[in-house]
Amino acid sequence: MTDHVELRTGVYVDSVSLMQVSRTAAAAPGVDAAQVAMATELNLEVLRGMGFDVPAASPNDLVVALRAADETGVATGRAAVDDALAALRSAGTSAGGFGDAPPPRTLGRAIDAVGANLALVSVPGRHAAVEAFDAIDRGVSVMLFSDNVDVDTEVLLKDAAADRGVLVMGPDCGTAVVGGVALGFANVVSPGRVGLVAASGTGAQQVMALLDAAGVGVSHCLGVGGRDLSSRVAGRSTRQALAALAADEGTDTIVVVSKPPAPEVLADLEAYAAGLGTQVHWATLGAGRPDLTTSVENVLAALGRSVPTWPVWDVPQQPVARGSLRGLFCGGTLADEAMLVAGEELGDGRGDIRSNIPLRPELAVGDDLRADGHVVLDFGDDGLTRGRAHPMIDPSLRLERIHTEATDAGCGVLLLDLVLGHGAHPDPAEELAEAVRSARASAAASGRDLPVVVSLTGTDGDPQGLTRCAEALRSAGAAVFLSNAAATRRAVSLLPTTEEA
Amino acid sequence: MAGHVDLHGLLTTDPVVATAGAGLLSDALRDQAVVVGEAQWQPPPDGSVDPLVRVMADRRRRDANALALQRMTAAGADLVDVRPAHEVLGLERGTFLHAGPPLEWERASGPMRGALIGAMLFEGMADTPEAAETALAASHVALEPCHHRDAVGPMAGVISPSMWLYELRDEVHDHTSWCSLNEGLGKVLRYGAYGPEVVDRLHWMNSVLGPLLQQAVRAAGPIDIKAIIAQMLQMGDEGHNRNRAGSLMLLRELLPSLITADGSSTDIAEAVRFSGANEHFFLNLGMPACKLSALAAEGIPGSTVVTTMARNGTDFGIRTAGTGDRWFTGPANTPEGLFLGSYGPDDANPDIGDSAITETAGIGGFAMAAAPAIVKFVGGDVPFALRTTRTMYDITVGEHTAYQVPILEFRGTPTAIDVTAVVRTGILPQINTGMAGRVAGTGQVGAGLVTPPAQCFTQALDALADALPTPAAG
Repeated sequence: MTDHVELRTGVYVDSVSLMQVSRTAAAAPGVDAAQVAMATELNLEVLRGMGFDVPAASPNDLVVALRAADETGVATGRAAVDDALAALRSAGTSAGGFGDAPPPRTLGRAIDAVGANLALVSVPGRHAAVEAFDAIDRGVSVMLFSDNVDVDTEVLLKDAAADRGVLVMGPDCGTAVVGGVALGFANVVSPGRVGLVAASGTGAQQVMALLDAAGVGVSHCLGVGGRDLSSRVAGRSTRQALAALAADEGTDTIVVVSKPPAPEVLADLEAYAAGLGTQVHWATLGAGRPDLTTSVENVLAALGRSVPTWPVWDVPQQPVARGSLRGLFCGGTLADEAMLVAGEELGDGRGDIRSNIPLRPELAVGDDLRADGHVVLDFGDDGLTRGRAHPMIDPSLRLERIHTEATDAGCGVLLLDLVLGHGAHPDPAEELAEAVRSARASAAASGRDLPVVVSLTGTDGDPQGLTRCAEALRSAGAAVFLSNAAATRRAVSLLPTTEEA
Repeated sequence: MAGHVDLHGLLTTDPVVATAGAGLLSDALRDQAVVVGEAQWQPPPDGSVDPLVRVMADRRRRDANALALQRMTAAGADLVDVRPAHEVLGLERGTFLHAGPPLEWERASGPMRGALIGAMLFEGMADTPEAAETALAASHVALEPCHHRDAVGPMAGVISPSMWLYELRDEVHDHTSWCSLNEGLGKVLRYGAYGPEVVDRLHWMNSVLGPLLQQAVRAAGPIDIKAIIAQMLQMGDEGHNRNRAGSLMLLRELLPSLITADGSSTDIAEAVRFSGANEHFFLNLGMPACKLSALAAEGIPGSTVVTTMARNGTDFGIRTAGTGDRWFTGPANTPEGLFLGSYGPDDANPDIGDSAITETAGIGGFAMAAAPAIVKFVGGDVPFALRTTRTMYDITVGEHTAYQVPILEFRGTPTAIDVTAVVRTGILPQINTGMAGRVAGTGQVGAGLVTPPAQCFTQALDALADALPTPAAG
């Protein structure tokens, strides 16, 4: 085995493109493993974890790490990396000659060039505010897909935006639908008269998918960022989004979707919404509050629509004798909801749920993300996406963890989510089904039955196809639910009824 | 928080989306048939991230920069007089002005030293170059940037008290600027030559050319220099290194009153021949016109617009609208381009001259697309000239209202360099320039292209961040 690590300075490529470069290089003949990434602390950690010897580097350096059978393999891999990087560049530069202007280098120039009325920022978090201010200055609303933007900057951005009469959707806003256009991660839903304000990307996707299954369409889904309903941000964007949707002639009913909000912020917003003259439903998660599925059912009841039987693609599953719940999520809100639902189902005394986004601080897992007992992890959390693409695009970290859980006798039931739609991996079900199949096989090889439950958020209009994905997962042995709450309940129902000593 | 509940119509118009970041997200939009403008984003230098965020967050910046651009493009530039420096600048004997940021003799480059020596000989303050050098080394002469007196000088830019200057007025903002008379090409003081022919020519300019031009300007003036710049850009000049059309137009304005001036016909003939033979006759009018434009943008709190770019042959210096008189300097780069005769890259001095005021005001390198023939002089090819102008829009606040580029559909030239945009993109202002010989006394060795050192802009950005008002509590 031959390792090759090199640093390249003055080259910046976004993490999504680099993931594609890594894949291309890894597929080259003789190459065993390939990682091409910006040299962020997280990525260097991943490389060290893979056993590479990594030199000191700055986050603006590009690191190329190859493991191959021999020197020929390394050379082949390097050539593959060079070709893939060159292909990215030539795709980005429009043809030369007299006709075409060089591509704009800042968001502001890009706005000027096409007369944009909306900006989408997905540069690394520490650089995101600069681009966002550029758009706000031009009187253009911003969807801030980037995460790792600090909360003080978020408040500055939102105040500046309010002054200019535009909206900051984000930071860490994965999902929005504006005028029928899906931005970031969003499902293809039919047009309708329900407007969403979403402090949660996957939460909003879950709500839209359930509404779609019930035959109810959506006018707009305005993301506001996961922290908007925190005490510090105090619902700045939610307030603007509520006012805009209330004033929108195409919207009759508003649903606010959020992770657990700060109580006083929620109370203020409820009071504000009461004066808008449009009915507002609050699908805000929290202990003792309805889960997202129940919230959607309440919205349907208020609209006078019947509640359908939520789709399930089931397989026979038997309770396990031992082991805990292991939930591996790409969607933060889906993970949140799973912990809330599972917590209620488990009741007191059957074990707390440890997490990297814990419901209570004392339930936090360490940096190794390992704990005995019930564990629910969010692979889309800031800490796991520095210099990496979101797991809905690059599922490798989670796939690795599924593999690990399969060989862990402490893992009783595996609960996974899969989110379809624009922006997500073009064919995520095949890879996940393969991981489920191999996890179940390796558990079986050590004498365990490993039930797998998948919460699948999507619509039949999605490019990946809801039914096709569900069938692929079912044929791998997983029980598949459209409702995340229902999936969680199934998973918990398979756990042993008494806690192990 | 009043107004615009509807987010400028966001929910009722079809989205047109500008993106910066992951290409996959742009592709997903294109798949939905959305018009997408994609920025080719690159990270700024590590140390500049924090000041960039702070300066970009400054609520004053947008309006301050818009005001800077408005003033720069509104500034007038009328040639009103020609007078000796000691009369107009209050330049006392024993003080010389020079190009670029402040400089001491010890750090002065060859051509700057040569020009200062020449000025000593011309002013009669030394009999020999050696004596001049000794006096200069002993600090018998005070050195001061031209810019500190609202004047500009090409290349070494040395102005001594006896030299005659063009005087230009911006009546809109009530500003005045000055520049020396152009000596022609070859062995000239501004390129650091100080031989007898150089000093003799300076004496002739003082005794014959200056007084004749004074009479001509007073009789014909005021002459609208800004209008000539606007026209010359449509005739293949860029106003820094190509001034052919501008020089002819200026001569056309001056000739009638020049030939009827009170002087001997021999002197008048020689003045006309000298001016007409000089392709850069106009440069010394274009520069102070640009200086007036830049002056109009000075002193705007919160503005990140560059108001000065100047080089003294050792350092490159810039100043900004939001940071007053403070210079931000770095070692001047050496231009790359084409060389005269047998000269080569080793003969070239680092970048020198106040003439980068033209780029500061939106012409010169920034208007290269208007002057494709320039590439025969400074190097590069025609697509490069077009690309250069188009790239400069990425680092400027807006477009000039009077200066236009025909081949770009008469688009205004990129004007008002924004420090934040330079640091964000890493794109440096493109300057067209002459090259002086590195050794004192050589003169011009070529012409070419050069950029400022990036550190001028990162330093300016840091200072702009430091100058931010303390945020109100809460």
